[in-house]
Amino acid sequence: MTPAIELAGVSRLFGAVRALDEVSLAVAPGEFFALLGPSGSGKTTCLRLIAGFDRPTHGNVMLDGENVTNIPPFDRSVNTVFQDYALFPHMSVAENVAYGPKVRGVSETERQRLALEVLELVRLAALADRSPAQLSGGQKQRVALARSLINKPKVLLLDEPLGALDLRLREEMQIELKAIQQQVGITFVYVTHDQGEALSMADRVAVFREGRMEQLDSPRALYERPRTAFVARFVGSANVVEGELARSITGAPRAFAIRAEAIEVLATGAPVPDGALCCEGVLEDLHYHGATSRWHVRTDAGPAIAAVRSEGLPTAATARGSRVRLAWSRESIVLLTDT
Amino acid sequence: MRAIAKFLYGRRGFYLALLLLPPLLWLGTVYLGSLLALLMQSFYAIDEFTARIVPKLTLATYRQLVSHPANVDIILRTLGMAAAVTVMAAVVAFPIANYMARHASPRMKAVFYVGVMLPMWTSYLVKVYAWRLVLAKQGILFWFVDQLGLTPALDAALTTPVIGGPSLASSYLGMFIVFVYMWLPFMILPLTAALERVPQSLLQASADLGARPGQTFRNVVLPLALPGLAAGSVFTFSLTLGDYIIPSVVGAPGYFIGMMVYQQQGTVGNLPLAAAFSVVPIILIAIYLSLAKRLGAFDAL
Repeated sequence: MTPAIELAGVSRLFGAVRALDEVSLAVAPGEFFALLGPSGSGKTTCLRLIAGFDRPTHGNVMLDGENVTNIPPFDRSVNTVFQDYALFPHMSVAENVAYGPKVRGVSETERQRLALEVLELVRLAALADRSPAQLSGGQKQRVALARSLINKPKVLLLDEPLGALDLRLREEMQIELKAIQQQVGITFVYVTHDQGEALSMADRVAVFREGRMEQLDSPRALYERPRTAFVARFVGSANVVEGELARSITGAPRAFAIRAEAIEVLATGAPVPDGALCCEGVLEDLHYHGATSRWHVRTDAGPAIAAVRSEGLPTAATARGSRVRLAWSRESIVLLTDT
Repeated sequence: MRAIAKFLYGRRGFYLALLLLPPLLWLGTVYLGSLLALLMQSFYAIDEFTARIVPKLTLATYRQLVSHPANVDIILRTLGMAAAVTVMAAVVAFPIANYMARHASPRMKAVFYVGVMLPMWTSYLVKVYAWRLVLAKQGILFWFVDQLGLTPALDAALTTPVIGGPSLASSYLGMFIVFVYMWLPFMILPLTAALERVPQSLLQASADLGARPGQTFRNVVLPLALPGLAAGSVFTFSLTLGDYIIPSVVGAPGYFIGMMVYQQQGTVGNLPLAAAFSVVPIILIAIYLSLAKRLGAFDAL
């Protein structure tokens, strides 16, 4: 099957800075694809290259098998939902939504019909005559979405679309976006720095770091089998154990990741199950989060390790400064290729 | 000092009043007051025999203003020039303002700002007289046009009725060039400010939704730049309506409103008629603004 989007050896240089460095990836039609990374990692540059706002220094961008590297944005069947929504302030909601058909020469009555249809989809038909200034953040977000969807693009690009919304609204919109994507069947490319968002919505996630793609995998694989220390930390908030501490635990200096919730906190000297790995240290801090609590333990070898436990009050001492033993099964560690 | 600061801090209204009182007094009495006094004059009339102003409210002066075909000619001539200058200033200013607002590096932008403002640092009279030399028959402009081999085109323009004349310096075309030159900064600056306020993402969104650059300009850039265009055009329009130096130094001999005001209040001593003439630009600007408002020029403010 022809990929909806394909980047082949794409680099974007700004002077000496490599904003994007030799990135190759393919997005399948109908896929919900996330570009995840901290700010400055190259994910937004990647999106701008797909949209056509920018051109790669090297490499090619293909849409549906066609090389679009040098095609301007207005001739690409791609639409973008901007981070700041970019709604036209001098047009009503309906006019905003009907903008795409308007510039393509669709008749007035026909585009009004189309606009109302799409506004139904995002449940905003009642606000068609409002001006964007009268809308809440979540409503603006949905207008921006409708304005893009009306063009029936092959690919919809979303640039941190939920970044400006508060937590509750963000969670609602995540569910709604996912539902809309499944309903319309359009390929979504979703840029975010929030790993929770990427994991919960995407079919596959590409993790970016300093212009390079670190790992491309399903959310489950990223979380359970991170390949690098960066992915382990950024996606899973896992502990990365390396160097001397790794040697003292596993006998080899190779770095590994261990997720905080796989670590058990025991009293010092307590027996550990057969084959389990363990180390000891001093409890530095204990954060209570309701359903779970987070333990920060300074190991005797130096680095700190965090453990997340869901039971109420554990058997081990809970006073700061008391010694504890951390234990986890050998299967729960993930060996990393580099740090 | 501390006690005064403390006293003022708790009384914001009093503090604001204290700050605003001097400028409001200036604006209210000296500025608007004298304007109103001038307007009052236009409702007086001059006694034909004694040449004295009769302080009795009458519309006779206005009747005199509109009943003389020559006066109506002057008004229409000034209005036509002001409209043409405004349109041309907008056309010339737009690309410059667009470059300054969107594409120029901060350094280049500073260079452009200085470049736009620089002519305003010199005397207005010096510039007008300099232009008369530039536009003269043996002037540098004729020479330059000749070097380009475009003399036939210029001659054709000068033989065109109404706008033409013996030379650029004595034609409405030349006057038009000088007006556009003089008022261009007043169009560029507000237009640049308006364009700077249009977020880049709106232009990208427009292109993203399928609009070609021309469509983006028509549908997004122009409507959002309208307040700046309106502000700039009020300057160019009103400055042209009121000016009396440029028409008397450069261009064809026909009278303009400003010259009429100057002549009526000075040489002739008919202050009421001068005042009536100066009311005309105020009315024209008011009509222009209400038209602009109806067209939605200020909706994006």
